[in-house]
Amino acid sequence: MRIKQHPILDFEPKRPILFRYNNQEVIGYEGDTIAAALHAAGIKVLSFSMVEKRPRGFYCAIGNCGSCHMTVNGVPNVKTCLTMLEEGMEVVSMETKVK
Amino acid sequence: MRTTELLIIGGGPAGLMAAKTALEAGAQVTLIDRNNRLGGQLIKQTHKFFGSEKQYAKTRGLTIAEKLITDLEDYHDRLKICLNTTALGLYRDRVVTTVCNDTYDKIHPQAIIVATGAFEKCLAFENNDLPGIYGAGAVQTLMNLYGVLPGKEIVMVGSGNIGLIVSYQLIQAGVRVKAVLEAAPVIGGYKVHASKLRRLGVPILTSTTVQKAIGSLEIEKIVTVKLDSNWQAIEGSEAEIYVDALCVAVGLSPMHQLLSMADIQMCYVSELGGLVPHVSEDYETSLDSVFVAGDVTGVEEASSAIVEGAIAGLMAAKKMNHLHPEADRILCEYRTQLDNLRSGPCGCKIRNGLGKLKENQHVG
Amino acid sequence: MLDKTGVPTIEQIRSRFHDQATLVRPKAILECYENIPCNPCETSCPFNAIHIGEDINQKPVLDPDKCTGCGICVYSCPGLAIIVCQLINQKARFKIPYELLPIPKANEEWIAVDRSGNAIGTATIIKVDCLGKQQKTTIVTVEVPIEKLYEFITIRSPYE
Repeated sequence: MRIKQHPILDFEPKRPILFRYNNQEVIGYEGDTIAAALHAAGIKVLSFSMVEKRPRGFYCAIGNCGSCHMTVNGVPNVKTCLTMLEEGMEVVSMETKVK
Repeated sequence: MRTTELLIIGGGPAGLMAAKTALEAGAQVTLIDRNNRLGGQLIKQTHKFFGSEKQYAKTRGLTIAEKLITDLEDYHDRLKICLNTTALGLYRDRVVTTVCNDTYDKIHPQAIIVATGAFEKCLAFENNDLPGIYGAGAVQTLMNLYGVLPGKEIVMVGSGNIGLIVSYQLIQAGVRVKAVLEAAPVIGGYKVHASKLRRLGVPILTSTTVQKAIGSLEIEKIVTVKLDSNWQAIEGSEAEIYVDALCVAVGLSPMHQLLSMADIQMCYVSELGGLVPHVSEDYETSLDSVFVAGDVTGVEEASSAIVEGAIAGLMAAKKMNHLHPEADRILCEYRTQLDNLRSGPCGCKIRNGLGKLKENQHVG
Repeated sequence: MLDKTGVPTIEQIRSRFHDQATLVRPKAILECYENIPCNPCETSCPFNAIHIGEDINQKPVLDPDKCTGCGICVYSCPGLAIIVCQLINQKARFKIPYELLPIPKANEEWIAVDRSGNAIGTATIIKVDCLGKQQKTTIVTVEVPIEKLYEFITIRSPYE
């Protein structure tokens, strides 16, 4: 869900960016972080906790809490709330401990 | 190892204002920020600010950020801005280690201003880790920076200024705010903010908190409960509210980690949000030439952070013998502004906190 | 009441209104009931009609003789706590701040709303101002029946 009109802010249409989330094709927009693009596409569950396998979404969105970690282009523990979306990114949920 | 006269860590309202006054005084400044743009949390503040015009009151937060950033442009020959740069460590010999895009570096400045701000607290309740539960700042980031809605129907926990302001911003973005919950018996934030929400039909439920969140993969509903005068849940007062997002605005805590790492004298003061440094009148910490400004000194409004930044910038510059031509006059004015911002009934908590901090310093 | 619900009492509201003879001309109503550190209403008024003083935590006081009802304070107040009121043609005419979408248009009939968010009848839109200096706080001039003088506070779109 994206804001189309806002009384204070202007959100101009931006260039779409294609990426993959758990092998599923998702469209985000230029200027999105990975977490923002997933959220806009209706994906709130980013990963699962390592022991109890509880679903994880982001909490702070500014890189403090660590709740948004995912594997991006093969690199684990990436802060998706800060990392900007790029064309063709492979974004994968984390479920087990990765060193 | 890189060198610079003054290193400022954090480009929010305090750090930007510190850079401005230090540059005006003649210092050479390196400003680092871990984000890809300056402004800190100001850039997602769509409301007009309180305070006096000296702290840019009646201007929207995002416009204040633009102004503070533009003010620095005059000094590009003496100012270096490093974005996407995180300070990883602060050591007693005043060395700061940083990382920028996987490149590690060391900086050894003559003086440092730590303006790292604060982080959002969470609240303990059952299933508080369900996706769809966000800090109020996260909701602002999502909506006001990226133009993405956190949900369609939301409940806000906390009626401090942040809770009330973000609720209003949610309505502006088209989200239905079903209620604002407040555990205390009275509304925490400015009543003008509360009145703004009430007239838009949002109920503010005092002596009420969230007991648990329910949902399989994402939040689907919450259970609220009323609290008695001893903050204990009243049995039988539970009620369900269907939501697809829950926003938690229960205060902020100073980002003290760099200061704690350098073994700077700290003190836990709950009124100031957590661990805060002991500081001199000039905002210098117990470690020589390491200054602080903004929420890291104790959580307050952005207007106070701006003024603290101005003072810390002047004093850090002075420490390196860069004397602002009108240092005495403007310093006196900034101190008066700070007293003025804190002197009313709304500043009571801050005054108590600062009093406790001072008391503890003398004991120590 | 205000600190529990966000809704001021009728006594508080009445204390900020001027007598009906004064309201023949438009006057600002300062609904700021709390000592908060804030003074843009004072510093924005071109007629020095609002007084707070050195201590910005003091509540604003209006001098109705100096107030022209221009409405600059309405969009300058960060708390959206100021409206302008005038009694005209047996109606109560208000200038109110509005920061939501859609923005109303002149001659439309919108829902009049009280301080608890309840619908209290119809409000006729007279004029809509969105000048650059207002920083996107639209000023809407509306008329409601005179009986709603102390009840009316804002408008709601009838098109939702």
